[in-house]
Amino acid sequence: MKHIHFIVAIVALPTLASAADKLQFNRDIRPILADRCFACHGPDANHREADLRLDDRASAIESNAIVPGKLDESALVKRILSDNPKRIMPPPHANKPLSAEQKALLQRWIAEGAEYEGHWAYLPLNYALDIPHRSKMNPIDSLVLNHLTAKGLQPSPEADRRTLARRLSFDLLGLPPKVEDVEAFVNDKSPDAYKQYVERLLASPHYGERMAIAWLDAVRFADTIGYHSDNPRNVYPYRDYVIRAFNENKPFDQFTIEQLAGDLLPNATQEQKVASCFNRLLLTTEEGGAQAKDYEARMLGDRVRAVGTVWLGQTIGCCQCHDHKFDPLTTRDFYSMGAFFADVQEAAIGKREPGMLVPDKAQEAELTRLQAKVAELQQALDAPRPEWQSAQAAWEKSVLAAVQSSAWTTLKPTQATGEQGTRLQIEKSNALLVEARGVKPADVYTVTVTTAAQGITAIKLDALSTVVGQGPGRAADGSFVLNEISIVDEQKRSVKIAEVLTSSETPATPAAALIDGKRDKSNGWSPAPGLGVEASAVLILAEPFDDGKEHTLTIRIEQLAGADRTLGRFRLQATTAAKPADAPLVVLPPDDILAIIKQEPAKRNAAQQAKLATYFRNSSRETLVARQQLAEAKAAQTNFENSVPRCLIAVSLPTPRTVRILPRGNWMDDSGPIVQAALPAFLPQPQLAAGQKPTRLDLARWIVSPENPLTARVFVNRVWKQFFGVGLSKTLDDLGSQGETPVQPVLLDTLAYDFQSAGWNVKNLVRYIVNSKTYRQVSTASKEQIARDPENRDLARQSRFRLEAELVRDNALAISGLLVPKIGGPSVKPYQPEGYWENLNFPTRTYQADTGDNQYRRGLYTWWQRSFLHPSMLAFDAPSREECAADRSRSNIPQQALVLLNDPTYVEAARAFAGRIMRDGGTTVDARIDWAWRQALARPPRDDERRVVAEVFAKHHEQFAKDAVATDAFLKVGQNAPPSDISKTDLAAWTSVARVILNLHETITRN
Amino acid sequence: MHPSHHEIARRTFLGRTGLTIGAAALGTLLNTSSTRAATADKWPGVIQPTHHAPKAKRVIWLTMAGGPSHLETFDYKPELAKQHGQPMPESFTKGQQIAQLQGQKLNCFGPQLGFKKFGQSGQEICELFEQIGTVVDEMCIIRSMTTEAINHDPAHMFMNTGSQIAGRPSMGSWTTYGLGAETDDLPMFVVLTSLGKGGQNQPIAARQWSSGFLPSRFQGVHLRGKGDPVLYLSNPAGVSRDQQGDIVSAVKTLNGQLDSTLHDPEIATRIAQYEMAYQMQASVPELMNAASEPQSVLDLYGCQPGDGSFAANCLLARRLAERGVRFIQLYHKDWDHHGGVKAGVEQKAAEIDRACMALIRDLKQRDMLKDTLIVWAGEFGRTPMSQSGTGRDHHNKGFSIWMAGGGVKGGLSYGATDELGYAAIKDVVNVHDVHATMLHLLGIDHQRFSFKFQGLDAKLTGVEGARVLKEILA
Repeated sequence: MKHIHFIVAIVALPTLASAADKLQFNRDIRPILADRCFACHGPDANHREADLRLDDRASAIESNAIVPGKLDESALVKRILSDNPKRIMPPPHANKPLSAEQKALLQRWIAEGAEYEGHWAYLPLNYALDIPHRSKMNPIDSLVLNHLTAKGLQPSPEADRRTLARRLSFDLLGLPPKVEDVEAFVNDKSPDAYKQYVERLLASPHYGERMAIAWLDAVRFADTIGYHSDNPRNVYPYRDYVIRAFNENKPFDQFTIEQLAGDLLPNATQEQKVASCFNRLLLTTEEGGAQAKDYEARMLGDRVRAVGTVWLGQTIGCCQCHDHKFDPLTTRDFYSMGAFFADVQEAAIGKREPGMLVPDKAQEAELTRLQAKVAELQQALDAPRPEWQSAQAAWEKSVLAAVQSSAWTTLKPTQATGEQGTRLQIEKSNALLVEARGVKPADVYTVTVTTAAQGITAIKLDALSTVVGQGPGRAADGSFVLNEISIVDEQKRSVKIAEVLTSSETPATPAAALIDGKRDKSNGWSPAPGLGVEASAVLILAEPFDDGKEHTLTIRIEQLAGADRTLGRFRLQATTAAKPADAPLVVLPPDDILAIIKQEPAKRNAAQQAKLATYFRNSSRETLVARQQLAEAKAAQTNFENSVPRCLIAVSLPTPRTVRILPRGNWMDDSGPIVQAALPAFLPQPQLAAGQKPTRLDLARWIVSPENPLTARVFVNRVWKQFFGVGLSKTLDDLGSQGETPVQPVLLDTLAYDFQSAGWNVKNLVRYIVNSKTYRQVSTASKEQIARDPENRDLARQSRFRLEAELVRDNALAISGLLVPKIGGPSVKPYQPEGYWENLNFPTRTYQADTGDNQYRRGLYTWWQRSFLHPSMLAFDAPSREECAADRSRSNIPQQALVLLNDPTYVEAARAFAGRIMRDGGTTVDARIDWAWRQALARPPRDDERRVVAEVFAKHHEQFAKDAVATDAFLKVGQNAPPSDISKTDLAAWTSVARVILNLHETITRN
Repeated sequence: MHPSHHEIARRTFLGRTGLTIGAAALGTLLNTSSTRAATADKWPGVIQPTHHAPKAKRVIWLTMAGGPSHLETFDYKPELAKQHGQPMPESFTKGQQIAQLQGQKLNCFGPQLGFKKFGQSGQEICELFEQIGTVVDEMCIIRSMTTEAINHDPAHMFMNTGSQIAGRPSMGSWTTYGLGAETDDLPMFVVLTSLGKGGQNQPIAARQWSSGFLPSRFQGVHLRGKGDPVLYLSNPAGVSRDQQGDIVSAVKTLNGQLDSTLHDPEIATRIAQYEMAYQMQASVPELMNAASEPQSVLDLYGCQPGDGSFAANCLLARRLAERGVRFIQLYHKDWDHHGGVKAGVEQKAAEIDRACMALIRDLKQRDMLKDTLIVWAGEFGRTPMSQSGTGRDHHNKGFSIWMAGGGVKGGLSYGATDELGYAAIKDVVNVHDVHATMLHLLGIDHQRFSFKFQGLDAKLTGVEGARVLKEILA
């Protein structure tokens, strides 16, 4: 375990200014100026009044607002003390009057010389390097004790082991402790029992789940895109990355770099690319009419706010429209920060791509095998083969013969429709494309052609491929069924077909079926299956047309065998050959292929040869077996890929988007200057080679560089909240001037310094905190103590607070024995009230609760639907994660009672818990209540508590005994079948007891 | 009126505590009586007393989701009819936001429905609104409305929260945070939704009634037409109300025992919340049971109780208003007429005309119109240019909304768009102005109503300032 280095003594004791002390600007004066003055006399030049700055000492002195040491000459003093409503500052309309105390402080500060300090959070870490007389103590305890002593307070005693076991278990794992673990810990007499207990928890894989929750809030991890249709996207591997990173104790600097720029690391691993999904967690839209520039600007803002919130603790979002009113951040800083992300490939609008495949080791091996198989078969198809070469030569010959015979002329369609609504497009080549979208399972295509040709003796239908090697039908093997064909002329008179010849048929689907008048879906013509092999049917007319007139013919093609047996594309041709049966039957290839065939083989160049060979091999029956094998191998690969997780990741564009400063945030205004990626000017800058343009990777490295004092403070402050209920500065999302100066700043800086300088070791930080005496104090306090420090800022005790939303669920499932402790995987869907998604659209969606194990997973795996977050989560303050959320509120509202009382999750958990109580809790009512209490609360019940639930048990037992219908209904809640070998009445009554226990304030409180 | 020192101290405290302390704990810290726990927790509001005498006590906001065409409803443009089929002059459209018509030829598209003057005030509105026409003298029509967003989702966000960035409180949350609850067995802020029959039902996200950075207790509660009206309202199957009462009572006793040793204000609040939940389990079904309304009232609205229609929701809104609910927001969807705007508005008019009239008349009869502000508004309007020959695209430069009751001057038309109905040109109103006016009617000075968020005094009306529409106040 790494130890904090204590070298020099620099301990500032944060106390309120007493009459004897000199005032400190950051502690005493800055909060007043920031809240009352900076809005008009601060960094934002556009809203600065009277050209006066009070955030800058030189300006304030130059304008005589402040004359150090001279109250009479300081304009500020005159103005704050003025009786004249036109003169007084702050002006009455600002609604921010100064109190008498504040006025006095300002005067005293000017009298003392009006010294300024930089904002605390931007200054280097002011850490305590040695604590005199207490050097053997945990530095947290030394510093807290100093603080308490200075305030005349005493720390509280250590909590008992049961309380500590439960507290540690919730804080480190997010789960209640197992009763046997509590008992072992209580009875462990070894001197380092506590430390060992902590180590066991830190080694648990559930530690990573617990730590992930706050991080996932901060980075706004969610399963859906957020805007409008709020459709799903693939991101869960990122969530599992975060869990794994905490479990493996990945150094926080590396964790940061991988998320911001993992894709830019040399030889980036799959894990590092998955980490870069952070860059894709923003809100996106698929709304029709969304404008790309609008959403490009939104996305830029979203990303900048994310960096500001997640790592810097700065409300940089304000600067999208104007320079910051309180902090030294400018609009240029905002857009320059945004420019770091201009290389991230991301469509401004529309559906997200599926993302990168994220196979595990076994899946990766299988993928490699499947890919090799595809490559092998592809090679086999491409390789020279004598029998195919001679087949190709024969085919070329037949094509040439057909061309030379000029037997067939393509008919020009004037109209083509499907009677049931299938749409047909007439192509330039006069072929007809049947649109796949909206194709009907049974339809009649009517194609009208006008022809002046004399003596037409036959009409030919060519079934064509849309893509070489695919089709011509929509079946997987390229086949189709035509059930009936007929022709009428312009007078609606039937044109009789005497006979049909086809290029191919099967015994079950003979050509004759086309004209047998049977309109039955199982009676029709199909060629022998052959993917990519085009086919023809020649309709020989009983009588040729040779009356010397132009004719309009309508050909009716009936397809009744299902949408997946329809033609994709076809063409109609006519011949006037006297013996149409002798006219060549070959289907002519597309013009570009035909052009090559028409050239003498010796004159074809290599590209032409290759093109022709490829065409032939993909459309010939000769190659069918090889092609089928390849197609099957490809399908196997695709199918397997569909079973492998995918994740959106950052991919860097070769040419980044141009980023301009948008005046007042207006994306339609192109007048602003173009900016390059750059760091906020007020912070220490990274060192780059001359002329080098900084990248996301540089940004990431700077964020975790020793020169940046913010990152460590921000993270430590948030971790602190997890263990004490409130941060050392309670504005977890804002360490800027409007945020709260930490109550114990040296404590924050000391922990931050050690964290930053000793390897960004998160587990060590956590170890320090939970091993401290400060952490181990009791959370009980007298009324007076609570009244004096309701939020426990002095740390003279521990805090008590309600569990986070996810943990409320985890706790109930764990107590009930239903919890399935699997780590990671796709998000899951717990029970949710029917119709909760009724306001979603494009498409409308019906929520399908998971069945089996996935119904009983931990809360952090809940499907995170941004626009309709699961209502149980929402009730307990889980954020929708539409914006980065560094902090969660902790409300206490009636919806929470309704969830715990009535949500089937909790009713089922109560019943499962009741089953355990009956099975393992002994035989008497009292013994069972005792057992249940220990399971849920890690302590035995008091007598008065036991009496209350025993009464509920007795009463409900009597009632359920008389009402079998109600009992059955009650026991049926949820998917998990109740045990069948115990009394239903007993189980129902114990379920009532379990419901009481799961609803207790203490059960959902960590103390 | 100046807030007392005590008030300032409290507001400062609220501002500073912001997110980290439970709302309920605030309730206790405000020294409210704890003799009856549920009452103790009834949120008193931070604006106490109001900044000035309020005209309205509550708001019923009728959101016409999808963006109703002002040109077929409340803004008659004969000049547009004359220009029908002609190219839209580029002077109107150059450099302006455009949604689905991007890159397309822009042609004028004349009003598809007739207009008529109604009432003594002679306000001219679509002739299909015959019922609304009978109460037009109660209404103030604003024809110069503008907004910043042009896609549904961000536009709703802007209309509800004054910001296009997620995470801001909805105006219903602001209102209840400021003014507190008048009821302790129903939520303070209630949302009702209904579908139109035209199939253009755009999605509405729950963020539209989110409390954002305000504590969760201020979030809107969606009363649903199907299933439990409030999520998780019904007892588990097989559990009687008495038995549920036993559970709640045992929990209360045990929590009380814990509190006697711990003095944790959260415990007292927890007890109160369980009582409120248990009360809601009875009061919400009673509220939803509009079958107890006399036939004459059902006829007035033209609905069957529980039929899920906009009219049924209007009737529910009145019942909620009677029971002291502070902010009631209805969403009626299906106004997104990219095509077939004529048939579309005809259908919507049939769905809302009688219901809007009935709501105004019913409240008036009960003497509640005077202190109930009704607002009818879409998230934006529609283009004077045609889309696909029969419809109109999204449009944010000028559209119409109306208000009634709650201290608004009736029979008034305010503001105007240009002759083609493209841009608001006279007495231009933006979303912040509407919010400021609404707050003003509720007795709140919007400039003095803020919440500390990320270091800023965040306001519903934003940082740019807003104007109370003094001209429309009665």
